Order: sequence, then structure tokens, then C-alpha cells
Amino acid sequence: MDKNINAIQDFREITASELLPTVRNLKEGGYRFVQMCGITQDDGAIVMYSFDKDYEMTNYKLHVKDGESVESITGSYWNAFVYENEVHDLFGIEFLHSALDFHGNFFKTAEPTPWKKK
Amino acid sequence: MGKRTIIPFGPQHPVLPEPVHLDLVIEDEKVVEAIPSIGFIHRGLEKLVEKKEYTEMVYVIERICGICSFGHGWGYCGAVENAMGIQIPERAEAMRTIWHELSRLHSHLLWLGLLADGFGFDSLFMHCWRIRETILDILEETTGGRVIFSVCKVGGIRKDVDNDYLKGIVEKLHAIEDDIRSLTTVFMNDTSVKNRLCGVGVLSKEEALDLCTVGPMARASGIELDMRVGTPSYQKLGFEPIVRTEGDCYARCAVRIGEIFQSIELIEKAVEEMPDGPIEVAVKGNVEGEATFRLEQPRGGAFYYAKGFEKGTKFLERMRVRTPTNMNIPAMTKMLQGCDLADVPMIVLTIDPCISCTER
Repeated sequence: MDKNINAIQDFREITASELLPTVRNLKEGGYRFVQMCGITQDDGAIVMYSFDKDYEMTNYKLHVKDGESVESITGSYWNAFVYENEVHDLFGIEFLHSALDFHGNFFKTAEPTPWKKK
Repeated sequence: MGKRTIIPFGPQHPVLPEPVHLDLVIEDEKVVEAIPSIGFIHRGLEKLVEKKEYTEMVYVIERICGICSFGHGWGYCGAVENAMGIQIPERAEAMRTIWHELSRLHSHLLWLGLLADGFGFDSLFMHCWRIRETILDILEETTGGRVIFSVCKVGGIRKDVDNDYLKGIVEKLHAIEDDIRSLTTVFMNDTSVKNRLCGVGVLSKEEALDLCTVGPMARASGIELDMRVGTPSYQKLGFEPIVRTEGDCYARCAVRIGEIFQSIELIEKAVEEMPDGPIEVAVKGNVEGEATFRLEQPRGGAFYYAKGFEKGTKFLERMRVRTPTNMNIPAMTKMLQGCDLADVPMIVLTIDPCISCTER
């Protein structure tokens, strides 16, 4: 292989209704789940999902407003429970229909949801 | 059906140097289910990006972990350099590669020692760590630090090493190669060691793919996945990943042992082809865009993300590190299902968990 994996920077916006169908398609297409993280915004947060196939990574950004919930992707990628529970505990975002929900007991932090805009 | 009992494993346990907890649901000495708990020592290092300038943040990122600290520094700098459109000099890239492979050497030797300690072979454990001292000495001579090196900076590296000195490092590595070979022969051929590792904690290729495992854990299950394949400085050295297909604890051990010798070869080639020239470029301005960076840490592929503010300040809006252990914990819980209680420590150890990285 002669491509540089770090030269590829692919960021895309995604809506809540597109999330699960897109993730299902990625799973069926042989994509690997790379990571998921939150990014604090004034009106809520962005949840960024990263997927990879053949060393090419795509990042999907979902804008989540305060009080909104997000559908869990653990139905397609079971291992995403680690990240969903992390984002829940640090950003205060609820994930619906999670395959493994720790109900806020995944991270033990002195301050609840430290990344959430106060 | 026997009576089900829940046995807590950790957060303090002799085979765990760092706190992670497993609730093991046991039936007739067999593990039926394993539920992991982490987050006991979450440090919130990513959040410190709000208080540290992007050039200073590399010192924080390096302190995520004492074993893969160099890789974390490289990953962070790589993400920021990508976001700023900075191309570092070839010599800096080559030096980063050498230090990163030295880190892999000491990480794998440390892990072999911990594994030997886990199955009660203490003299083997001590020999692994004795040899590892040579690697730490080389790192100290070239960077000034044994654990935290602080040689990576946005735009290149802080210290250069003389070409003749680099050749001396290769000679030192060759001098310990026979020692390593005799040690690893015990891991690969000793009957008592094989009894603890062969056929234990099997993760099939399909499961490894489904659970998105990374690093030696994925490669021991037949997946050719290694971020070094797509890294230019490794492509120049003709890098190819080491893969096994058995998917058990023995295969994970064999992959890491193979990578020890491979790292020595890579360092030798990198020294032979070391380009001359500058070791850094001037960095001006602030981070305004966003970028990701991936590299192969000793425990597997790691992900770094840096995002600057739209108007550009000396601080980053977000910094993200996803470490290999994050990816391998779900697969570990799957491997534990159906195993003997006595095999739990071996399975946990062979994912080479780094809770320090996980609790960044």
C-alpha cells in the first residue's frame, strides 16, 4: 500500500434520522467502528462517529441539542457501548435502546457531566 | 445447571497493575458472563486542552501513559500538524519512527514480563525486565527521559541524535537480540507455558472483525490490520504486519514476540536510510481547522483528533485520544464467556490492557 492514511480527512454532517440507516449500511459494507466522541457546543454537543475501511476513515458529525437523545448504534456495533456510556457520563447525552447501558455509572467523576456547557 | 455466583475481579488484583473491574458470573467454575467497569481513575486530561496552549498540550498528552508516551506525543503533534497543514522534515519523521519502535520494544518486553509473572514464572519475568533496561537506557541517552521523553513537538522534534550514535544503538540492540531470542524460546516452547496459553481465550477472525479489535489482538486472530502499513515512514522501510491465525493467548504472545524482532529490524533500516537535514519547521499561527491522525501504538491502532476554534486561538476547542484498550475491552468480555475461572488472568493479560490510557 502506498497511501498515507493520515492524508485522508473526511468529515461529514449527519442528521438524527440518517444515523441508524447509515451505520447499518456501514456495518454491512464491512466498515470498522473506530471511535465516537463528544464536542461541546453552545446549544448542546456534536457527537462524532468515525468508521474505517481499508485504512480510509470517515467521520460523521451529529449535532445534538440540549435535552435531545440519540439512538444507540450498539445494535450494529456492540462495542460502541464503551463510547456511548463515556459520552453519556461526560456530556450528559442520553442514548436510547443501548445494548449495555451503565446508567451513569461508567465513569466515576467528582463533577457530573463535566463537558456539558453549564 | 449449576448455581450461578458473581465473583468480583478487580479493581485491585495481583495481575492488574491498574484498576479495572470485572463482574464474573460463574457457573461450575466456568465464566458465563463478564461485565466490565472502568472509570475508577478518569483524569480528564482531554479537558485540559482548555487551559493549555496547543504547543504545551503535548506535555500533557505524553503523560497519558508511561509506556506509550512517545506515541501519544507523536499522535497529538500529528493531528495538530494535519490541522495546520504542516509537513515535518524527513529526518524528524525518521527519528520519530526510531523512538516509536524503541517504545514498542520496551512495551512488549514489559508485557512479556507481566505475562510470565501472571503464570507464576518469576525468573522469566525478571529476565524480561532486565533486558528491557537496555532499551530504557537507550531512550534515556537519546531523549533524556526513561518514561516521558518530551522530544516530540508540533513541527518536528526537539533533539537530534548523531548518525554515528544511532549506529551504536543498532549495535546495542543486536547485542541483546540473542538474549531476547533465548527468552522468547521459553515463551514459545516451554510445556508449562504452552499449557497456560494454547487454546485459551480464542477469538475467531469473525469475532475480531465484528468487535473491531485492534493491534496484536486483531493480528493474532488473522486480521492484517496495522496503521504502520499506511504510514509513509514505515512504507519506506518495507513494513509488513505480523499475523497469526489461532486467535488464542499463545498467538497473541507470538505476535508480540515477532514484533520485538521486527522492531529491531525496522530501527536498523531506519538508521541505514536516515536522511540528513533539519529536524523541525517553524510553526506560526493558531489551529483553525480540524484533523485526525492515526498511528500504531504497541497495543494497537490509536486515534487522535484536534480541533481549533473557528477564529483561531492558541487553545484548541477539542482534543480527543482513543486508545487501543478502549477497542479491545469489548472483545475481552466476549473471550471470557465460557472460559475457566483459572484462565481469566491469562485472557485479561493477553489483551495487554492499559488502563492508564483508557482513563486519560
